[in-house]
Amino acid sequence: MPELAYRDALNQALSEEMARDPRVFLMGEEVARYNGAYKVSQGLLDKFGSARVVDAPISELGFAGLGVGAAMLGLRPVIEMMTWNFAILAMDQIVNNAAKLRHMSGGQLRCPIVFRGPGGAGGRLSSQHSQALEANYAHFPGLKVVAPGTPADAKGLLKSAIRDENPIIFVEAELLYGSRGDVPEGEYTIPIGKADIKRPGRDVTLITWSRMLTAAVLPAAELLAQQGIDAEVIDLRSIKPLDHETIAASVRRTNRVVVVEESWPFASVGSELSDFIQRECFDDLDAPVRRVTGLDVPMAYAANLERAIQPSPERIIEAVNAVLYRPG
Amino acid sequence: MHSPQLLLTMYRKMVLARRFEEKAGQAYGQKKIQGFCHLYIGQEAVVVGINEAIRPDDMVMTGYRDHVHPLVRGSDAGMLMAELFGKDTGYSKGKGGSMHFFDVEHHFYGGYGIVGGQIPLAAGMAFASKYRNEDRITVCSFGDAASNQGALHETFNMASKWKLPVLYVVENNKYGMGTDIARVSAQPDIHKRADAYNMRGESVDGMDVLAVHDLVKELAASIRAGKGPVLLECFTYRFRGHSMSDAATYRTKDEVESERKRDPILKLREHILERKVAPEARLDAIDEEEKRIVDEAIAFADQSPEPPIEDVWTHCLVADGEADVKPRERVRGATDVKWPSYPTDFKVTWELEPREPKDEPQRAPSRKKGAA
Ligand SMILES: Cc1ncc(C[n+]2csc(CCOP(=O)(O)OP(=O)(O)O)c2C)c(N)n1
Ligand SMILES: [Mg+2]
Repeated sequence: MPELAYRDALNQALSEEMARDPRVFLMGEEVARYNGAYKVSQGLLDKFGSARVVDAPISELGFAGLGVGAAMLGLRPVIEMMTWNFAILAMDQIVNNAAKLRHMSGGQLRCPIVFRGPGGAGGRLSSQHSQALEANYAHFPGLKVVAPGTPADAKGLLKSAIRDENPIIFVEAELLYGSRGDVPEGEYTIPIGKADIKRPGRDVTLITWSRMLTAAVLPAAELLAQQGIDAEVIDLRSIKPLDHETIAASVRRTNRVVVVEESWPFASVGSELSDFIQRECFDDLDAPVRRVTGLDVPMAYAANLERAIQPSPERIIEAVNAVLYRPG
Repeated sequence: MHSPQLLLTMYRKMVLARRFEEKAGQAYGQKKIQGFCHLYIGQEAVVVGINEAIRPDDMVMTGYRDHVHPLVRGSDAGMLMAELFGKDTGYSKGKGGSMHFFDVEHHFYGGYGIVGGQIPLAAGMAFASKYRNEDRITVCSFGDAASNQGALHETFNMASKWKLPVLYVVENNKYGMGTDIARVSAQPDIHKRADAYNMRGESVDGMDVLAVHDLVKELAASIRAGKGPVLLECFTYRFRGHSMSDAATYRTKDEVESERKRDPILKLREHILERKVAPEARLDAIDEEEKRIVDEAIAFADQSPEPPIEDVWTHCLVADGEADVKPRERVRGATDVKWPSYPTDFKVTWELEPREPKDEPQRAPSRKKGAA
């Protein structure tokens, strides 16, 4: 299996799906001649031409809505948001139109569209450019939300997202684009709604997704292993629909859970997970669910503050010790 | 010269629209219809003039004042009324209500409740037509107040730059709810804003169905020929309040009365009689026929069941292999429903942005991480 960077895995998925299906087009800022702000669309303009790889003006609301209209008429737009921070300007089109069209029309219309781009911390970019916003979209019925943490998952999930009949929020990670991993070649998809156990273990379940997987959770699990604690790591990959079965089965094995997420704690994906677990796995739990989240403040620029705001292996180990009632 | 048939068709449709809205207003008073309900009374010439000037397979969409746009395209009046009544037999099975009419069979792509929110969608539909090299155009209406939305400006810029086949229609009834458009607009001549986007802007007396029709015929041909989008401002007036809950105290009696003298239906009726296209009795008969259609629509909506409670879960997401719902087939058992189907295998020949030699990059693009 060839090793690829996360951005190149995404590029392969786009390229393969565009070659396979003429209805697929990519639109966004800097996607064509500049080859993408993060080079995800490298080479696509040359391969597919300027009607299928479209440089849009800086009008997130406008081109998000344009994509929705094209999807209503049988195309399969992939709308690149330079980052999810800027998609906040497009939220009306995503939430009020894409997510509700099938419903408002009583099943007459469908909206097969992918909104994709990087989310999460950007690396010394301060508050407006460093936000993990997936919980916002997961809130709305009518949207699916996907956030892959590895190159292989990025490729397989993007291909599934493009083929899906529904609007998909596809959250990449700004700091993962250069990360490398094995990626299967050619036709290969990962079903939306299936979590993946990235590290099996017996003592505690760590649930996470996107960049936190490799940036904090797997390193924490290695440190815990050195201390004789065998952590299971679940990578959600899809936030909505949520893979309740994989989560519940793991909790039944380990009886202890820590949720690790980059975003803020209030009304987050972690809150939803905690609610689900206490409700459905109450008798299996030996400790209350703990959460390790971004601190409830906007992201700071200073290096030490930026580090302190995000979950770290240290904070994860602290939470694991708490659910194991183990002195730190 | 307009053919007698065209004149009578337009008359019939305007009367149907008027009767439908009057009856909807009455039903609202009886609490059979609730929520927001925006009537089109007074503005009929705009929708009918446009509809008779475009093709049946062109696409139409508008905001929440949306009852009449599908009605004049041929939608089932009973099923539209049933949607207003929140019944299972409505076009959206009672999920949409007054503000969200959809009839894909008749290429009516919706009723949208966020002011101006449909404007980008229309550009996307036009994009799809151009992408597949079809010659259908999209007609998107919105109110005067919607023209102050950012969505409009973002969209006009793209639609004009990419020469998308779309006709934008401002139904300028002078007010956005209670606010006179001139009070909140630095440029109240809305069609002039098209200039800012190198786009053609036109205006027309929206109480004159023939003038609307004739201008739109020409505009539609120009748009279909690939000459780019057009912004058409139709000066019209709503005789009722903004919605059923609006007593319209912000307008003087004099203003409303003088506008009522421009009633587009009376105007067309006079024209038909003057030209001796049909005698008064014929027009009275049309009035009666359309009234009966609307009475039947009310009876149908009244007698229809509410949606089954299990339906609360349907049409949120499309399941694997799930087909689209064809309302007339589902409700009336119609076997003649033509549903749009789009090719999955075709070649995209459109060069959206042809490259000129000067555009060629000077050196190979760098592969280092970009910045936002
Ligand atoms: C984004 C948004 N803001 C406010 C409203 C509330 N609202 C509904 S209709 C309306 C007035 C719009 O007037 P106009 O665009 O002129 O259309 P008209 O009702 O006159 O046909 C307002 C303020 C809304 N639905 N959406
Ligand atoms: Mg108005």
